[in-house]
Amino acid sequence: MAVMNNVEAVRATLYDAMKADDRTLILGEDVGARGNVFLISKDFINEFGADRVIDTPIAEASIVGIAVGMAMEGLRPIAEIQFADFIYPAFNQIVGEAAKTRYRSNGEYTCPLVIRTPYGGGVRGALSHSVSIEALFYHVPGLKIVAPSFPADVKGLLNAAIDDPDPVLFLEHKKTYRLIKGEVPEGHYTIPLGKADVKKTGTQLTVVSYGLYVHWALDAANQLESEGHSVEVIDLRSIRPMDKATILESVRKTRKLLIIHEDNKFGGIGAEISAMVAEEALFDLDAPIRRLCAPDVPAMGYAEPLEHEYMSSPSLMAGAMREMVKF
Amino acid sequence: MAKTDTQGGAALDKRGLTDDQLRAMFRNMLQQRQLDNRGFQLNRQGKVPFALGSEGHEAVQAGAAMAFERGKDILAPYYRDLGLAIGIGLTPYEILLSLFARAADHNGGRQFPNHYSSKKAGLMSFSSILAAHIPHAVGAAYALKMRKETGRAVLVTCGDGTTSEGEWHESMNFASIHKLPIVMLVENNEWAISTPLHMQMGQPEIWKRAAGYGMPGRRFNGFDPIETYANVKEALDLARAGGGPTLLEGTCYRFLAHSTDDNDMTYRTREEVVEHRKDDPVPRFERVMIDNGIMSAADVDAMKKEILQETNEATDRAEAMPYPEAADLYEHVYEGAWQPWQ
Repeated sequence: MAVMNNVEAVRATLYDAMKADDRTLILGEDVGARGNVFLISKDFINEFGADRVIDTPIAEASIVGIAVGMAMEGLRPIAEIQFADFIYPAFNQIVGEAAKTRYRSNGEYTCPLVIRTPYGGGVRGALSHSVSIEALFYHVPGLKIVAPSFPADVKGLLNAAIDDPDPVLFLEHKKTYRLIKGEVPEGHYTIPLGKADVKKTGTQLTVVSYGLYVHWALDAANQLESEGHSVEVIDLRSIRPMDKATILESVRKTRKLLIIHEDNKFGGIGAEISAMVAEEALFDLDAPIRRLCAPDVPAMGYAEPLEHEYMSSPSLMAGAMREMVKF
Repeated sequence: MAKTDTQGGAALDKRGLTDDQLRAMFRNMLQQRQLDNRGFQLNRQGKVPFALGSEGHEAVQAGAAMAFERGKDILAPYYRDLGLAIGIGLTPYEILLSLFARAADHNGGRQFPNHYSSKKAGLMSFSSILAAHIPHAVGAAYALKMRKETGRAVLVTCGDGTTSEGEWHESMNFASIHKLPIVMLVENNEWAISTPLHMQMGQPEIWKRAAGYGMPGRRFNGFDPIETYANVKEALDLARAGGGPTLLEGTCYRFLAHSTDDNDMTYRTREEVVEHRKDDPVPRFERVMIDNGIMSAADVDAMKKEILQETNEATDRAEAMPYPEAADLYEHVYEGAWQPWQ
């Protein structure tokens, strides 16, 4: 198995997909000659041609809209939004069009489309290069949302997203791009969308997270372990569909639930998980559900203290875990 | 542009159309008017909750549909395109299924009436969101170009109001960059619900924007189906041959309120509507057909009777069809069985 970081895993998976199926194409801002701002598609344009690696005008609504039309007409577009913060102009095309194409045509037209975008903070990205967007989209049936944390998951889930017959929003945490390395199996494989993964087993507390914070939660859980506590860490991987079964199974075992995400708390992913667990497993719980999330402010600031205050940390996570296991 | 007919005393310039094609366009126009009336009647009878009329667009749509090649071209219309839908092959029965929101409708009774969709006819599904379908049409045109399917093109239509949307501009720009096989036809009926053209744009000749995108642009009398046909055919032929996109503006007028839920007398005068009625494309084209000996007055009467009967039969047949089952609500969210979150 090759060791890759997350950028390399995305790149290798896209390369294989482009090689395997000539209906596949990539479109977005600076994806061609520049090869994407993180160099994910560097040199693709030379190998696959400008027809299939399209440098688009700076127009996010139509990057997605044109990709929807391509998908309806039989191509397998992979649209890129350069930073998740830039996705808002495309909101209608994603929510109103892509997610409803199959539904509104009673199954006659479909929209097999992947929209990839780097999201998340901790990189001094300020207000418009740091946001988490998943909560704005996860309300929408017809759309699938994936946010992997580990390189092997990136590959398996991106392959599944590309193969999927419905639109998938594929979120890549940009701080994990080069920070996180891991073994990636050779050859083509998929990981089913909608399946969480227990990254660390434990008995006293269930932690559910996704993205960069899975790695920090694992650091914190290992710290707790050295203190004699046993914490289970679930990487959600897919936000929609969400793996209810894995969460409930774990919570029924540990009897405590801590949800950690980088996005702010109000209406976030943790709100839905909390409500679901309260509906389905309230009497299995030995402690109130807790959510450790960003403060309820519009964004993290550029200045170091402002970013630091917005972001969590392994030590803050360990603190919350400690309180929970001792409850 | 003066809304004049093509005949004007001299022999009719048929622009290459046969008499059969002229009769087919005329029939389309009569059928549109009959189906429009039927939608509004059914709404006033309380049988359908909503209807949208295309009255005033009959000629521009009949002419454009005649230029469309069935089985080859792709149509990306908007919700005031009844004549394009029937002109490329949808039947009155299919239109009425959509009005009645029956299970057998292409959309399974999910969408508003006039939100046509038919993969078989090459008619792309669209929503009510204005201009959202224009990048879809551009994406489809890109697919044709990428697969080197010359001889095929996309016809995308919209009203004047839609040209204010950013996605309209973005689509024009992208189509121009890639010289895509697409024709953008704007049916300028002067009104966007209650907003007149001069509040929609500072420069009222939409076709002139083509120069800014580096593509050919033309304006023509959309009350004249022959002129429309000639302009759309020329643009589609150019697109099919790899010559790139064209922006067309067909001028027309919206005779009815925006929909059955609108009262246009709250924002425009009856005098304005009456003035435009003098140019009503349906009776005008009827005169063209009779004056040029393509149909006799008796032929026209027979055609009108036939269409009325066909519409009545389609109405009865569609009305008798079942609604979708309540359980259909859960179908087609994703491919395959979907376990809803609850």
